[in-house]
Amino acid sequence: MRRTRATAAATLAAALAGAATGCGGGSAGGGRSSNDNPEQLTYWASNQGATVEEDKRVLIPELKKFQRRTSIAVKLEVIPWSDLLNRVLAATISGQGPDVLNIGNTWSASLQAGGALLPFDDAAFRAIGGKDRFVPSALAATGAAGKDPAAVPLYSLAYGLYYNKKLFRRAGIDAPPATWDELVADGRKLTGGGRWGLAIEGASYAENSHHAFVLGKQHGADFFDRYGKPRFDSPGAVAAVKQFVDLLAQEKIVAPGNAEYATQRSVRDFAAGKAAMLMWQSAAGALKAHNMTPKDYGVAPVPVRTKGATGDKGVNSMVAGINLAVFKNTDNHDGALKFVEFMTSTAEQKRLNSSFGALPPVEEAQRDKAFATPDLTVLRETLAKSAAPLPMVPEENQFETLVGTAMKELLADAAAGHPVGAADVKERLAKAQQQMPPR
Amino acid sequence: MNRVLSRARSHPAAPGRPRTGPPRPPRLSRLRRAGLPYLLLLPALALELLVHLVPMTVGVVMAFKGLTQQYLRDWTTAPWAGLGNFRVAVDFDAPVGAALLRSFWVTCCFTVLAVGLAWLLGTAAAVLMQDRFRGRGLLRTAFLIPYALPVYAAVITWSFMFQRDTGLVNHVLHDQLGILGTPPFWLIGDNSFAALVTVSVWRSWPFAFLILTAGLQNIPRELYEAAAMDGAGVWQQIRRITLPALRPVNQVLVLVLFLWTFNDFNTPYVLFGKSAPEPADLISIHIYQSSFVTWNFGSGAAMSVLLLLFLLVVTAGYLLATARGRRETDG
Repeated sequence: MRRTRATAAATLAAALAGAATGCGGGSAGGGRSSNDNPEQLTYWASNQGATVEEDKRVLIPELKKFQRRTSIAVKLEVIPWSDLLNRVLAATISGQGPDVLNIGNTWSASLQAGGALLPFDDAAFRAIGGKDRFVPSALAATGAAGKDPAAVPLYSLAYGLYYNKKLFRRAGIDAPPATWDELVADGRKLTGGGRWGLAIEGASYAENSHHAFVLGKQHGADFFDRYGKPRFDSPGAVAAVKQFVDLLAQEKIVAPGNAEYATQRSVRDFAAGKAAMLMWQSAAGALKAHNMTPKDYGVAPVPVRTKGATGDKGVNSMVAGINLAVFKNTDNHDGALKFVEFMTSTAEQKRLNSSFGALPPVEEAQRDKAFATPDLTVLRETLAKSAAPLPMVPEENQFETLVGTAMKELLADAAAGHPVGAADVKERLAKAQQQMPPR
Repeated sequence: MNRVLSRARSHPAAPGRPRTGPPRPPRLSRLRRAGLPYLLLLPALALELLVHLVPMTVGVVMAFKGLTQQYLRDWTTAPWAGLGNFRVAVDFDAPVGAALLRSFWVTCCFTVLAVGLAWLLGTAAAVLMQDRFRGRGLLRTAFLIPYALPVYAAVITWSFMFQRDTGLVNHVLHDQLGILGTPPFWLIGDNSFAALVTVSVWRSWPFAFLILTAGLQNIPRELYEAAAMDGAGVWQQIRRITLPALRPVNQVLVLVLFLWTFNDFNTPYVLFGKSAPEPADLISIHIYQSSFVTWNFGSGAAMSVLLLLFLLVVTAGYLLATARGRRETDG
């Protein structure tokens, strides 16, 4: 009897020790892809619809269709944006991840550097129907230049200037602004009586950094030089950030309360008619969720500094979007590629993108008349002609966090009534740059 | 269990009966008897290793590595950074070190204020609830509600209340009472510190109240009666009887509150999100941002190790000081 107990204890200890090493070991298979499990896939989808349930409602019938064709069962998990990057990081570290996953396209280079994603080389592209099916601007946001893409584009989004038609008419404005000067002038006319010209998401570092990037381009500034070194406090960058902060600080066409907005409250304000303009990426779905009917708003390109500007000065959106990636240590390599092929097929692209209010990054699907509505046409032309990808460097996410947070602090200062001058902007941006880890 | 008990009963309870089976060598049996407690401790020890020591050791090792996103897939391949991460963290002239130092001072001020207020409220409430009166049980229960609520639900409610344009706090202070001229921001800017202290005190004072209420039950009523006969007022009773008697309880309570408050991550994270405003940039959230948001895990681990060392020194110093203090009063 004593021996049984001793044996039991020893077994337990051994099991625990095994569990301990199992936890530390992670991808014991060396992180290579295999075809050991050809009948199953795990898919992490990002939250594209108004709710996670909405995404499931759209995706599950398509996954069933895929299963009927290939007899591969796909286990779906829709992950909110607030958790997605941390989940991907955890999966990278532990090696216990999905087979296929959605990533924000701006993370492509960062995750590529982490080495967790399967590079799409020529063979992989052949397996999914070829590289030339994709829109070039979307393909530019799939990894660092000169490397095999870490993912393929799945949904494309672009920033547009959404404006409330009724409020514009009431203020006697016939056309949406094309330049920043016009936007400020219109904004002043629209501000008053508890209403404001423009709504911004001032406490969201991601939104702030996207505006900084676009305005930076218009001021001739890049936040990384061509060697990939950060240049956060160049004169152009300072001017760009100051211009954005001044919409609240100096021009006073943004409600001070916007400085603490972070959970789509600016979209809600716009939908409720509390603000007349909003710069947002593919907002149709979000506006619908907040009960705004499409005929009440119009979409125009985000303004530039001078009318008809071209090249970098004419950039008025980032190439926004979601990419589809394959986890490197998938145990169903061929099945994963089949799934990517299915999701990027013309038929699925049409169906999924129109459900989520996005644009297909697949050219053939984009030509469909479902995407020829006035607002989607504006976004499509923006993507094709005047959108630029965020810097495809591994430190891109640090840029978003550090510069976006610096802008959040500047907006907070301005909202509290403190003056925000160029020197203050430069100081904050310099501090943000100094926090970049050494390469 | 039954088997163990029955055997324990059968052997010593039947002396003189001849043993059956071959006699055991006495040394081995002694060894076995002596080894049994250790064997029984083994699962707990293994779990302790697994849950506490292994991750801690890994964290300490990471602090000496240049662990950035490039090495995430197999962090053991990250290059050794020696003391580099620590040097960056304590270089207070450079921005990273300066930000860490500022965050450290913010955390110290926050902890002193939050623990002090929580203790004060807890003590006051416990003393007031000491005498029987109608509704005492009800009040005691009500006081414990903040402690019983899930952290996330409670703090997210506070964050709604602290919103500038639509929050309850500004509605009451500005719209109804008219105390404040312009509605202030609570979740960004300078006031965020006050907001953080408020929520933290609200969450932790019921714990102080609970522990001190338990501690008060051990003070004999006769002491108060005797003191009252000798002409001691309420204040004197509290100062001369209640507080000295609560001393051992307070010693542990303040230490626990200090450690919890200093390391609090949930409150600022739920209140402010991933990047806390500077005046409320607590060290736990600062380290989280240094490691998870900028993906520089080596640097974050080094800061955590420094934090661990600081807390160890403070705790040891506190225990030494209070132990000496107690010896003096005892002697």
